[in-house]
Amino acid sequence: MKRVKKFKNVEELRKTIDEQEASRQQEKKRVIVVSSGTCGQARGSLKVIEALKKAIREEGLKDQVMIRVTGCHGFCEAEPNIIIYPDRIFYQKLTPPDVRTIVKETLVEGRVVEKFLHRDPLTKERAWYENEIPFYQKQKRIVLGDNVFVDPTSLMEYLSIGGFRPFLKALTRMKPGEIIDTVKQSGLRGRGGAGFPTGIKWEATHRAPGDIKYIICNGDEGDPGAYMDRSVLEGNPFRVIEGMMIGALAIGAREGYIYVRDEYPLAVRHVTLALEQLYKAGLLGEKILGTDFSFDLHITKGAGAFVCGEETALIASIEGRVGEPRQRPPFPAQKGLWKKPTCINNVETWANIPLIILNGADWFSSIGTSGSKGTKIFSLVGKINNTGLVEVPMGITLREIIYDIGGGIPEGKAFKAVQTGGPSGGCLPASMLDQIIDYESLTAAGSIMGSGGMIVMDEKTCMVDVAMYFLNFLRDESCGKCISCREGTQRMWEIVKDITEGKGQPGDLELLEELALATKEASMCGLGQTAANPVLSTLRYFRDEFEAHIYDKRCPAGVCKSLIRYAVIPEKCTGCEACKRACPTGAIQGTRKDVHLILYDKCIKCGACLEACRFEAIEAQREEAIAIVREVKP
Amino acid sequence: MSVHQLINLEKVQEIVERHGYNKNKLIAILQGIQAVYHYLPAEALKTLSKLLKIPLIDIISVATFYRAFSLTPKGQHVATVCMGTACHVRGAPKILEEFERQLNIRREETTEDGQWSLETVACLGCCAIGPVVVVDGDYHAHTSIRKVPTILNKYRK
Repeated sequence: MKRVKKFKNVEELRKTIDEQEASRQQEKKRVIVVSSGTCGQARGSLKVIEALKKAIREEGLKDQVMIRVTGCHGFCEAEPNIIIYPDRIFYQKLTPPDVRTIVKETLVEGRVVEKFLHRDPLTKERAWYENEIPFYQKQKRIVLGDNVFVDPTSLMEYLSIGGFRPFLKALTRMKPGEIIDTVKQSGLRGRGGAGFPTGIKWEATHRAPGDIKYIICNGDEGDPGAYMDRSVLEGNPFRVIEGMMIGALAIGAREGYIYVRDEYPLAVRHVTLALEQLYKAGLLGEKILGTDFSFDLHITKGAGAFVCGEETALIASIEGRVGEPRQRPPFPAQKGLWKKPTCINNVETWANIPLIILNGADWFSSIGTSGSKGTKIFSLVGKINNTGLVEVPMGITLREIIYDIGGGIPEGKAFKAVQTGGPSGGCLPASMLDQIIDYESLTAAGSIMGSGGMIVMDEKTCMVDVAMYFLNFLRDESCGKCISCREGTQRMWEIVKDITEGKGQPGDLELLEELALATKEASMCGLGQTAANPVLSTLRYFRDEFEAHIYDKRCPAGVCKSLIRYAVIPEKCTGCEACKRACPTGAIQGTRKDVHLILYDKCIKCGACLEACRFEAIEAQREEAIAIVREVKP
Repeated sequence: MSVHQLINLEKVQEIVERHGYNKNKLIAILQGIQAVYHYLPAEALKTLSKLLKIPLIDIISVATFYRAFSLTPKGQHVATVCMGTACHVRGAPKILEEFERQLNIRREETTEDGQWSLETVACLGCCAIGPVVVVDGDYHAHTSIRKVPTILNKYRK
């Protein structure tokens, strides 16, 4: 890490940025970029880095090659991966021995090692360079893109890509009103989910009476299946902080908080390191760069409560209290943290600010649709080939994201639905694939933009089970303040759970809809108001699946345990004994090369045999016994 | 770690001092205490109540609201199964059940010998490599039912 010095004035900082930028331009060394966010590390990137260092030392290339360890690039499927600059050769899914081969072949001999290149899941073609990979081609990575270029633990690295130029511009050449006008004109809307225009929020906080004002970065990314905020905080924390400093200038805040989830240890570490360096450099604290601008920024760790993503609950949590939302108005812009005017924005929103200030409102508003400007990062996960973070311009279609960028569904299975917006969102079916993505159109379709989770489901996903999953999540996370949310989510969960267990009755769906509406109408905060969305949207598009569970006692996807039993398909069974070895209860009989048999009285339906079988010879069949249950019921 | 182990309460004092006896830092202080003892011992909370001059009931209210806090001691090893949506559609519930079978405890419980605690988390945010299981801070990617015994054995001596 390069050493940080204290900047006494604007000129010193400007000079250092110039120098750092120039030294990057003149970099003669080859640079190997290793992606090492949480996903990368989980897949062994730290061992890859060790092996890389060792191999480079052994080949005597230390003076010619530099290793840059960065945050997540978004292509999580391909972790651990490296990019070799200047050619941008992209090698993926590496292990330490692979790295030694690469150093010998590519760095010493100058040959590309084909087997480590990315192979497109649809066309089976290999891509030599990063920019040839279809996953990246349709993306517009204005926020995530820089993750490739910076070591997130080094302020000097951030300066070398022109970091803090936007802040200098705002500090020296713009009045608070001009900054707010620029953000307003850009059309930027909150990336946390609700999509409130950022500039208007800033203006309201700026105009609110009082000397003490606060700004907050909401990094309590609680939506299961969404992790773009984690990647931005891990991979480019300085960008977020710079956005907040510009916000503080515009709003007139002297103090701010970054609230990060407890479940994101690496993000917490990188933000903490960034803050330390910025204080050392004199870019945070009293009289920044010798001007009248003073700004203190703290990090607060969450403690594992989903509802704290709601702004008033988050504020309560920073104040050290139980994270229960409160009635609005007054909005935080009038009465927020410690009853002072407070502007609270999401991580991705703050990260967009420096770009808007540097490139202007027109540049930003030229991207996107009429009502939704700029780009949005989605986490494309679930049953999809290219899982990862994708940053796309607003207005792109679901089909483009899932097929062109995501490479379609694995194992040739059929696409069934995509869930957007987390527990507050909904499931969209195949008929909506040509839907464009912006705030309005997703709401019209019965889902929401939300923080950007996009969970793809295939024919083997049961939509009733998915509805139950979200209801279980919400009943657990409801803070319990409003009875409609506390009891509504609980009752809806019980009804859907019964349906998955074959205990559904005629009239259940109507009751569900009624409860869903009551929960929506009578709850105070966003959690309760949107809690019904997963149920309503699955009922809207997949009612037949609910009906199959209720009337036929059948789970079409073969997921709901009470309605299925596992059986061996004799024609496909090769008698390899793989399932027999995997079975924890000894429920599978059969000798080698003979068709196996599952003993139902011993089977606990754990699914280990299904997972172990390589010949698709295990099948989830309808549980016949259920028919009897149905007859007994009135 | 035995439940009856004497708690060194000086550590609590240190943590409170580090946060300047600030009542607003209650959550951070509780996080600090949990980092030391791996749970929130009753004695520590009583001491905290006196030091910060807040009623014990208010501390308990915060400690039980947030999922990150535990009022009971944790096992030597902690296995956390991610229950996020992406992990769910890839079979996380079955993996959790396999952990329950292997350890012979239910989720959010600790084995009698104090070796293992089994926990769940709403989402760890590494959805691409799901189903994910974290044991003592190590991330295990793409887990499956059959990998569960292998993962457990890695931590058994």
